[in-house]
Amino acid sequence: MSLTTGPAASAAAVDKSPRGGGSSGSARRPRRSLSRHNLTGWLFSTPFLVLFGVFMLFPIVATLLMSFTDFGARDVTRPLEADFVGLDNYTRLFQDDKFLTSLFNTAYFVVVGVPATIVLGLLAAVLLNNGIDRARTVFRIGFYAPVVTTIVAVAVVWRFVLDPSDGLIASLASEVGLTAPDFLGSETWAMPSLIAMAVWRNLGTVMVLCIAGLQAIPAEVREAARLDGASGWQELRRVTVPLLRPTLLYATVITTIGYLNVFEEPFVMTQGGPSDATLTVSLDMYREGFNFFHMGYASAMAYVLFVVIMGITVLQLRLLKDNTR
Amino acid sequence: MTAETAATAHRPRRSGRTRRPLLYIVASLGLLVMSAPFLWMALSAFKTKEDLTSTTPVWIPSRWTLENFTALLDQLDMPQYFLNSLIVAVLVTVSNLLFCSMLGYALAKLDFSGRSKVFGLVLAALMVPGNLMILPLYVLMNGLGLIDTYAGLVLPFAAGAFGVFLMRQFMLSVPDELLEAARLDGAGEWYIFWRIVMPLVKPALATLTIFTFLGSWNNFIWPLIATNDPGKYTLPVALATFANDPNRTVGGGNGMLMAGSLLVVLPVLAVFAVLQRHFTQGIATAGLK
Repeated sequence: MSLTTGPAASAAAVDKSPRGGGSSGSARRPRRSLSRHNLTGWLFSTPFLVLFGVFMLFPIVATLLMSFTDFGARDVTRPLEADFVGLDNYTRLFQDDKFLTSLFNTAYFVVVGVPATIVLGLLAAVLLNNGIDRARTVFRIGFYAPVVTTIVAVAVVWRFVLDPSDGLIASLASEVGLTAPDFLGSETWAMPSLIAMAVWRNLGTVMVLCIAGLQAIPAEVREAARLDGASGWQELRRVTVPLLRPTLLYATVITTIGYLNVFEEPFVMTQGGPSDATLTVSLDMYREGFNFFHMGYASAMAYVLFVVIMGITVLQLRLLKDNTR
Repeated sequence: MTAETAATAHRPRRSGRTRRPLLYIVASLGLLVMSAPFLWMALSAFKTKEDLTSTTPVWIPSRWTLENFTALLDQLDMPQYFLNSLIVAVLVTVSNLLFCSMLGYALAKLDFSGRSKVFGLVLAALMVPGNLMILPLYVLMNGLGLIDTYAGLVLPFAAGAFGVFLMRQFMLSVPDELLEAARLDGAGEWYIFWRIVMPLVKPALATLTIFTFLGSWNNFIWPLIATNDPGKYTLPVALATFANDPNRTVGGGNGMLMAGSLLVVLPVLAVFAVLQRHFTQGIATAGLK
């Protein structure tokens, strides 16, 4: 095969890699071996990098360029004819009440939704990993099932759960003499309802990550804590959570990114209503872009969201990593 | 509360016996809350119009029927949507497995100039929100004439940064000595990658398979944008279109929607149930640090 490398060449390469042992034959032909591994390395990288370049890097740069233009419906077929408008889109954004509302709604979703998802996911993991040994698979599949369900099916079912006249919650409430609010039709309740739905849907992801993390913790560590007389709560706080920190950090970061992008829940459940109470940045962007074809404006929106996400992610990585020590 | 009892139960000699039933009660309540919407969906798919439109919710169908399924297959071209979803998900999964593993191997086991830069790029890509790229991606696909084609649905997801990250992490744990021995025996890099490393990272491949297949199967926003021709709709897009169709009859229509949802969910639940063990193991070994 064309990717073949000679034995001596690979010995040299192993010597260079941080994990490689010090093989003595490596010093002889360093230049040749490096170039050979160079070629192999790049050959193995090329397919990914080509796809990545065309379908990710290019669109990212293109979004930035589009955000400085008045890109509209007519420009879809002739992208180069869009007019440059400088920072107009960005200045308009921050005077746009609808956009500010969507920023607020997105923040609301993240601030309430992320901690709820992480805490419940962690508790589910601890419960199903340490407390349950019979029918474990059934429990795990049950808790994970919402993750694997398409949003359309989830929406159908949750509309029934939340229906004010004959829905699940409404009929449970009427059994005990209460009246359930019109969850999706109320400006106060619509957002919490969507958050509850998202937590229900994403808790399984955090759970699976935490179970994996828990299984990587050596059993002796927990046993030692127990022998020292730690209570269950102490063990969770002082042993499990600190040792799970990398997992929890990862789970927090991906959940935050996901919720900052929240689109599907409001799109299928409320279309942003009632009166923009569930309009999120992604939904606003989608509408501006694909319903009104204000693609330049929508691109600026996407970039503001991108910058916010990058900022928050970097901040989270810093904050949560520093706490380790 | 829950966690405390959960952790306590690990001490069988002291208090485990008495606490254990409590744990099962808590877990079962959790399971009920998590799966009640599903049970409702699954049961409703077999209900008659009368049960579906009854003012008090009927959980168990008073008469089990398949008419929702037959009506659904009559009105919607479900086999076609199913096939579309399957083709797209399989192509996306296979290409991710191959290309992400290749780059993961290069990043974990090959020393080449620019390696750290490529890895940096992968890490940065993990943070980029998918919705950011959608507008120019649409313009690009439109320009290439790929709207309403399988290629248009597959290409943007053919290689993801998460897969590279996962495969790299996992491949780091393959001992260098093993590869070294193969190299001394004259094996080429492609042979080593394909015949030695890939079989050793099966749990990671299982993890990536589940994540990618599910991601593609359930993907909604891009197929919604990238298809106009109903013949190319994926299942979620077809169901959403049907759900929003004002002509859908209220009672029976809901039953059809539940039946359709059930048909969409069952295959992926089955895949997950089969691969579940490897899946957790894959995540655990990769460390996700």
